Amino acid sequence: MVCSLTASGGMRRRLQDLGLVEGARVECVGRSPGGDPSAYLICGAVIAIRAQDGRNVLVRAG
Amino acid sequence: MGLANSSAGAFSVKKRLPGERVVALAGNPNVGKSTVFNALTGSNQHTGNWPGKTVECAEGRFSTKEHSYILVDLPGTYSLAAHSAEEETARDFICFGKPDAVVVVCDAACLERNLDLVLQTMEITPNVLVCVNLLDEARRRGVAVDIPLLAKRLGVAVVGTAARSGRGLSELAAALDAQTASPPSPFRVSYPPELEAAVGLLLPAAERASGGTDPRWLSLRLLERGEIPALPGGLPAPPELREAAERARASLPPGADAEDIIASSLVRASSELCRGAVARRSAGCGGADRRLDRLFTGRLTAYPVMILLLGFIFWLTIVGANYPSELLSAALFRVQDALTALMRSLGAPEWLRGLLVLGGFRVLAWVVSVMLPPMAIFFPLFTLLEDAGYLPRVAYNLDGPFRRCRACGKQALTMAMGFGCNAAGVVGCRIIDSPRERLLAVLTNVFVPCNGRFPALISVIAMFFVASHGGAAAGAVSALALTGVILLGVAATFGATRLLSATVLRGVPSSFTLELPPYRAPQVGKVVVRSIFDRTLFVLGRAAAVAAPAGMLIWLLANASVGGASLLNACADFLDPFARLMGLDGVVLLAFILGFPANEIVLPLAVMTYMSGGTLGELPTLDALRALLAANGWTWTTAVSFALFSLMHWPCSTTLITIRRETGSAKWTLLAAALPTAMGTAACMLFTAAARAAGF
Repeated sequence: MVCSLTASGGMRRRLQDLGLVEGARVECVGRSPGGDPSAYLICGAVIAIRAQDGRNVLVRAG
Repeated sequence: MGLANSSAGAFSVKKRLPGERVVALAGNPNVGKSTVFNALTGSNQHTGNWPGKTVECAEGRFSTKEHSYILVDLPGTYSLAAHSAEEETARDFICFGKPDAVVVVCDAACLERNLDLVLQTMEITPNVLVCVNLLDEARRRGVAVDIPLLAKRLGVAVVGTAARSGRGLSELAAALDAQTASPPSPFRVSYPPELEAAVGLLLPAAERASGGTDPRWLSLRLLERGEIPALPGGLPAPPELREAAERARASLPPGADAEDIIASSLVRASSELCRGAVARRSAGCGGADRRLDRLFTGRLTAYPVMILLLGFIFWLTIVGANYPSELLSAALFRVQDALTALMRSLGAPEWLRGLLVLGGFRVLAWVVSVMLPPMAIFFPLFTLLEDAGYLPRVAYNLDGPFRRCRACGKQALTMAMGFGCNAAGVVGCRIIDSPRERLLAVLTNVFVPCNGRFPALISVIAMFFVASHGGAAAGAVSALALTGVILLGVAATFGATRLLSATVLRGVPSSFTLELPPYRAPQVGKVVVRSIFDRTLFVLGRAAAVAAPAGMLIWLLANASVGGASLLNACADFLDPFARLMGLDGVVLLAFILGFPANEIVLPLAVMTYMSGGTLGELPTLDALRALLAANGWTWTTAVSFALFSLMHWPCSTTLITIRRETGSAKWTLLAAALPTAMGTAACMLFTAAARAAGF
């Protein structure tokens, strides 16, 4: 999956620091027991992100 | 005028000797920065396999053949954008602490993201040394790094290490010796032309105002934020600089966001630098980790596994602590007899012997024999879980429930730290970015029982809820009961968090990102030694320092009388009516109050007070203790009330002082004491009323 566009305010830089910039590859590798924070493989590291924040990361399959 | 000179002292190293070089250690969270620090300095700073471990800058010294160094361990950060307290600390030290060199530690397995921080650091100072750590782990995951190529591209020294096994550290030290203040051609991130043009506009004014900081860096930050980055002392920007910044920002094409352009340029530069220098063998990396994650964070397995692990640790602690506890107390009470004989032979007055031996020493002996064995077992076990990388999974699992309480999942990490020591847990709350959520975590940390409270809980459970002593089965029952008490504490944490976020700390949950590091085989030997020396002895030392004076105070109170009754009894009698409502008695409540400096001494103080009436020469076995408590009116309901109040009452003085320091507010500190006390009192009274109504 290729990340195509992000939209957010203060969270934006944090996501960018984690490697979520345009063109980066993201893969969902797991969900927490409650189903909400999910684990994503970004730049070789596994990062947990809440659905509410993940909504601001737009991705397309590719 | 300089921007950075005024209060730079706040960021400089204490006690710097002439000729010593200051080296800052920076890096992303969880890249083994603390391991590098420990390996170089031989210092025992505790390392944990979870993000945000270093919340304060630790300092350590080491020497090579050529120089002696002071190493400053900066908080782990993903960037230097100063969006959080940790990032700000790290950035300020690199900018204004004037280190002689900055070592940026990177994780070889995800070098691309780590280089982002390297590039940001190099924009502040070219005096950077890159340490590519965890090379062994990366190799196992099929990642190979071409160190010489990377060094050539970056234009600074790059050293590959595997700090856990000690490889590459001598090379790192040698590279530090060879480090020069200005490497010939450090890599420079190039930005799109429109941004470079804006920087060009700003540069002359920035050069005049920079006061030693890199003018290009200052210009970039000004474009990004439109304001001077927070400087020590909060010096106002010269008007000239501010105007230049306005002009430069206006020169950017409409709709362009400088911060975005900079961030994506950095990421692009990192990925360019890695191209060809980092080889990834297969895409199937981390397969074992994902399988473990399915077990530890799976929908059906996560919570049961968490509770089982906790229960198992308690079981090992209880079963393992029994025997050494008895040995220790027997030995210490032989010492008491020897001390008594010694003082008698020296002809010391009776009151002095009572004060020192029966007061000071006896309580000290109690505290040591009751506390040391469980701590010496619990701490290493817990640290092993931490070292293996399990704790971030706990935060991941519990983020859902915490979010429903309008809090942050990282509170689970601070809660886990609270098991060791609530003061440490409160300091650990700095890993939470949102001030509201941090305050929630600070105020509720005391609901998980710290190691000072475990031993008393274990003893009370063993005395009143386990049919016969000894044996693994009784241990299992005790462990089950203790797990229940802990779960109650966790439930109280959620309840109190929800209550606070519905009343005084209203707000919506902020964002949450947490790295789940790869599982690592824990270094058993190192963990055991380190947790015993760092944590166990530290906590024990603190308890002992309080126990002896408190014991002497109790002895004095018990032996000084006013109008026929001893002061101790007078105090206990005064508290008694209220304590009865809670299902306790005046003596226990008094012990809780006197135990304010350290919770460890509550049960020993109560026992001492009961004993001060008669003369009891017996060894403090659990049976003798149970008989003593039963003779003073304890039943299982008293034990439950004791456990409830032990779980929920005011934090110890150390924790309160820490809360005061962390929140900077007397009001919040007061609330941190009042909330658990009110909840504990209410719980005890409700339970007692219910038990009495049921006929107990």
